[in-house]
Amino acid sequence: MTRADAKVLLEVKGLHANVAGVEILKGIDLVVRAGEVHAIMGPNGSGKSTFAKALAGHPAYEVTAGTATFEGRNIFDMAAEERARAGLFLGFQYPLEIPGVSNAAFLRLAYNTVQGARGKDELDPLEFDDYVREKMKLLEMDASFLDRSVNDGFSGGEKKRNEILQMALLEPRLAILDETDSGLDIDALRVVSGGVNRLLTRDNAVVLVTHYQRLLNYIVPDYVHVMEGGRIIKTGGRELAVELEARGYDWLKGKVAA
Amino acid sequence: MSTVVATHPYIASLLNGCESGHDQLSWLGERRAAALERANALAVPTTRDEEWRFTDITPLTRVPFQPAVAVPHPGADDVAKFIIPEAGVRLTFVDGMFAPELSANAGLPYGVVVTSLAAGLATHGSVIERHLARHARFEQDVFAALNTARLRDGALVWVAKNQQCPTPVQLLFLSTQKAVAAYPRCLVVAEAGAELTLVEEYASLVDNAYFTDAVTEVAIGDGAQVRHVRLQREARDAFHIATCAVALARDANYASHAITLGARISRHDLSVRQGGEGAEARLDGLTLIGGRQLADTHTLLDHGRPNGRSRQLHKCIVGGAAHAVFSGKIAVAPGAQLTDSAQESRNLLLSNKAHVDTKPQLEIFADDVKCAHGATVGQLEAEHLFYLQSRGLSEQRARNLLTYAFGAEVIDGIPVPSLVEQLEETVLAETQSAE
Repeated sequence: MTRADAKVLLEVKGLHANVAGVEILKGIDLVVRAGEVHAIMGPNGSGKSTFAKALAGHPAYEVTAGTATFEGRNIFDMAAEERARAGLFLGFQYPLEIPGVSNAAFLRLAYNTVQGARGKDELDPLEFDDYVREKMKLLEMDASFLDRSVNDGFSGGEKKRNEILQMALLEPRLAILDETDSGLDIDALRVVSGGVNRLLTRDNAVVLVTHYQRLLNYIVPDYVHVMEGGRIIKTGGRELAVELEARGYDWLKGKVAA
Repeated sequence: MSTVVATHPYIASLLNGCESGHDQLSWLGERRAAALERANALAVPTTRDEEWRFTDITPLTRVPFQPAVAVPHPGADDVAKFIIPEAGVRLTFVDGMFAPELSANAGLPYGVVVTSLAAGLATHGSVIERHLARHARFEQDVFAALNTARLRDGALVWVAKNQQCPTPVQLLFLSTQKAVAAYPRCLVVAEAGAELTLVEEYASLVDNAYFTDAVTEVAIGDGAQVRHVRLQREARDAFHIATCAVALARDANYASHAITLGARISRHDLSVRQGGEGAEARLDGLTLIGGRQLADTHTLLDHGRPNGRSRQLHKCIVGGAAHAVFSGKIAVAPGAQLTDSAQESRNLLLSNKAHVDTKPQLEIFADDVKCAHGATVGQLEAEHLFYLQSRGLSEQRARNLLTYAFGAEVIDGIPVPSLVEQLEETVLAETQSAE
């Protein structure tokens, strides 16, 4: 839901970024307000995942120009963990496996670290167990996922559910979900997007990074941005995604070039 | 009576006073005499020997270790911290010698025998004769030969056919004297269909240099199952050289959890021979060392029969200027078709001076087999650190958690909860930096 008077959460201006010395992002501008859902679409290699990771503070992505303010703070002055504590969340395209650490311990550690940084109460293992089980219902996750090692042996869909579970626990102001729909079958897609929808409020926002329009049938965006060659080349409403689905990205490339 | 002067002066010093020919049992006397002959003939290995190329044991040969003599035993209070509560049965050996008053035997069921070898000879002589010094080969191994030549007593664990040992059995070898050599010996026999969980532990009540030369033999009968936890936490100045030989019969199942924490220089040779079809082995290992420690693990998985299966995960966490060695050989005999084997060696270096040598070796002489192996050496991966930082954890916290997790993956597999808890604390204490 867009409101003109809504608070600006994220403002990106002229962002350039390199990976291993190669410029991938070549001047990105984006404003995200509270209550909004944005979709960033584009073909493979257009720079959309790089954009997501650069915002979250991945060390391999070197910002060479531009600014990004998150709730008034310059996020490029903040370490990745500070961004997370401030309320920025990245849902990973490929969540990492950590054999040897139980999912319950990991989730509680992340939850308490962020709670502590926000001056809120931490939960002991028993309290947290009740709390996380409630959140897991949102994603139709079995409690056995708490006892297993983090993402270890999880299927693609289970990993993505675990990402959204972390989003539910950390209650970010802005969640950037990188290809959350990839590798999901239709049932898992319904569950995961249902979870995201229920986490949306008028005070937070979501940026969906996706290759396909399919996800946007479930999480309806207010804005659709199309990336190509490290820039946003077109912004529109939901209908733009539908048009892209019908006509492909080449149509747009040709149109912009013309 | 035979006394031959060893060709190698250091071996001669260790063999000082060792004689053969006094045994009442002729078969035992013959095996000890054969071992003494080999010990006399063999030299201390050097880095010019392929099996010792990464491990220089010169520091061992600079100390003239004397055979341990009987001394007053430590009190029960000193031993209490090593006791595993789950283990209903415990044999304690002090400097290699049986200490009955520090041992416990809480009502073993019929068909399970846990006793000293010396006592076992009277009641289970034929079992001992069938296995003792039959599996741990000493012809080319001077330390196994030394141990066997010095064999006087040791631990016997025997589980009769189709019997289950209801609680873990703990064999505790404690060192209490400096500058002595001890020769611990274990014989473990699980007859067909038997089940056993064994904890074999080496620990110390002193900080000084001493030498443990240990040999363990494990014979697992048809369809029997043995879970074997081996915990080496010798003193930091000690030397520890151990051979463990495991023989698997048809459909036998063996799981090893070998944890190496102590000693200045340690060597663990674990050989598992599948002598029956369909045998299965799982070998997990964790070496966690720092300072100037050197820990060498050599394993051999010998698939001698068809349809064998083995899984191996060996991990080293190396800090300071320590040096870890892993050499893992997988041999598949010509007839051992449909063998399914996988080996993984993963190593984490915590400092610039830490060092790892890892050497997988495959010797495959059958054509219809699956043998996978892989080795990694490195520091923590940036992607994993970023994942945790993106969830709010500081970089140091993330490093600590990942280092802990690296060790916990092996420790969590140990089938004794109190040991899991204890070892997790050890990993935390040894690997965590201030946050």
